[in-house]
Amino acid sequence: MAQITCKDLTLGYETGVVAEHISFSVEEGDYLCIVGENGSGKSTLMKTLLGLTPPLGGKIETGDGLRLTEIGYLPQQTVVQRDFPASVREIVQSGCQARKGLRPFYNKEEKRIAEEAMDRMGIRQFENHCYRELSGGQQQRVLLARALCATRKILLLDEPVSGLDPIASADMYQLIRELNREGITIIMISHDLGAAVQDANRVLHIGKNVFFGTRDEYLASSIGRYYMMAEEEKF
Amino acid sequence: MIQKLSLYLSYPFVRYALIVGVLIALCSSLLGVTLVLKRFSFIGDGLSHVAFGAMAIASVLKVTNTTVVILPVTMICAVLLLRTGQNTKIKGDAAIAMISVGALAFGYLLMHLFSTSSNLAGDVCSTLFGSTSFVTLTKKDVWLCVILSVIILAVFVFFYHKIFDVTFDENFARAVGTRADTYNLLIAVIIALIIVLALNLVGSLLISALVIFPALSAMRVFKSFRAVTICSAVLSVVCALTGILISIIAGTPVGATIVAVDVAAFGIFCLIGRG
Repeated sequence: MAQITCKDLTLGYETGVVAEHISFSVEEGDYLCIVGENGSGKSTLMKTLLGLTPPLGGKIETGDGLRLTEIGYLPQQTVVQRDFPASVREIVQSGCQARKGLRPFYNKEEKRIAEEAMDRMGIRQFENHCYRELSGGQQQRVLLARALCATRKILLLDEPVSGLDPIASADMYQLIRELNREGITIIMISHDLGAAVQDANRVLHIGKNVFFGTRDEYLASSIGRYYMMAEEEKF
Repeated sequence: MIQKLSLYLSYPFVRYALIVGVLIALCSSLLGVTLVLKRFSFIGDGLSHVAFGAMAIASVLKVTNTTVVILPVTMICAVLLLRTGQNTKIKGDAAIAMISVGALAFGYLLMHLFSTSSNLAGDVCSTLFGSTSFVTLTKKDVWLCVILSVIILAVFVFFYHKIFDVTFDENFARAVGTRADTYNLLIAVIIALIIVLALNLVGSLLISALVIFPALSAMRVFKSFRAVTICSAVLSVVCALTGILISIIAGTPVGATIVAVDVAAFGIFCLIGRG
């Protein structure tokens, strides 16, 4: 049984449809990369998967005992966060907010989970540093650690390398690859087609034409070839 | 000077003023960080103008306990303003500006048309800038203030982490199942409560200063959310006490003096933050 199965989704808001006829499924341990032009509905798809925006049509089913609130989410940075006075520990700990429920304070177990996540991301030495004073790559590691507190199964990454320099980007991809090898399912939105497709085992392309299949199928398809060509012409 | 102070402190109304001042300063500073970071600094301003309008209605209707009218009206507006945050035709700041000046104009109009008082300008001035003295505070007012403050403090401590969660990253909070709308609503209700409380102390034009200055000052120096929150609470109380004492000794208007002290503290914190 797949962890997430989407059947003929129609995405959009009250103001109109953004994308339609999207069907795909994600198995445990998959590395799915979602690509498409600007405005093709990638971000909307992510919001729909997270339950922030209800789908206009179609169905999202979860399996393997996954609940929709058990998805770890790495959002794009917001303007608010850029000057937010918060320590790394406070932010990572907030990944346990669902586990904590209505209890006013975090307990030992939740603190341990947060510490483990910080160790795993190699940011334990910054735990009392201010988030806004870290570099872009370190900030992404903090948010990734927070996402890991919320899940053990599946991570949704929204443009994880946007705004990072090439070295920090490579570093970020390396981290994601390692997490995937440890058995965590990865769903990633990316502009960076070349690098993304290198690691992914499945690709979902949305836009005028929708494609879903394995990486090799994508690279062999007309839509994939067209895209990879455009990607290479950049250089 | 000390003699003068101890003489004043022997009057109950001065002691009431100190108690009320400290409690209001404490409560208003707590949510400052959240409001500043959510880009809602002006919501306090907008709501206080709404409170002014509501007060005008209450005095026209000759309601003796004006809080009964002001509190619900302000709360409803707070909820409406936070609701219109996203995905609406009128964006947040424009909505606040509209409601705020609309309520201000409407309130003044009502007071002008129906006021029975001979000193209309004085009435308006004290509603806008706070009363020049605290003589008007009764024991009942003080108790109301104490009870509301305790409720606000308790709610804040209990939901401290949730408030952090929805302030730092609302989308993440929603994604993991935190009911962000409920907590935004809670924040709105607390703000409305604080504004109604502070209306008597500093008047409707100066309330935002009480809400945002301590938070902004603390953010210059401290690096974690908890430290910033604690520092802004302490700073706000210290500034309020200093302001009230200065206003007693120098005979200056209370609200304006407290805000002046807050501004001075902000300057000092800016310097410390740079150094």
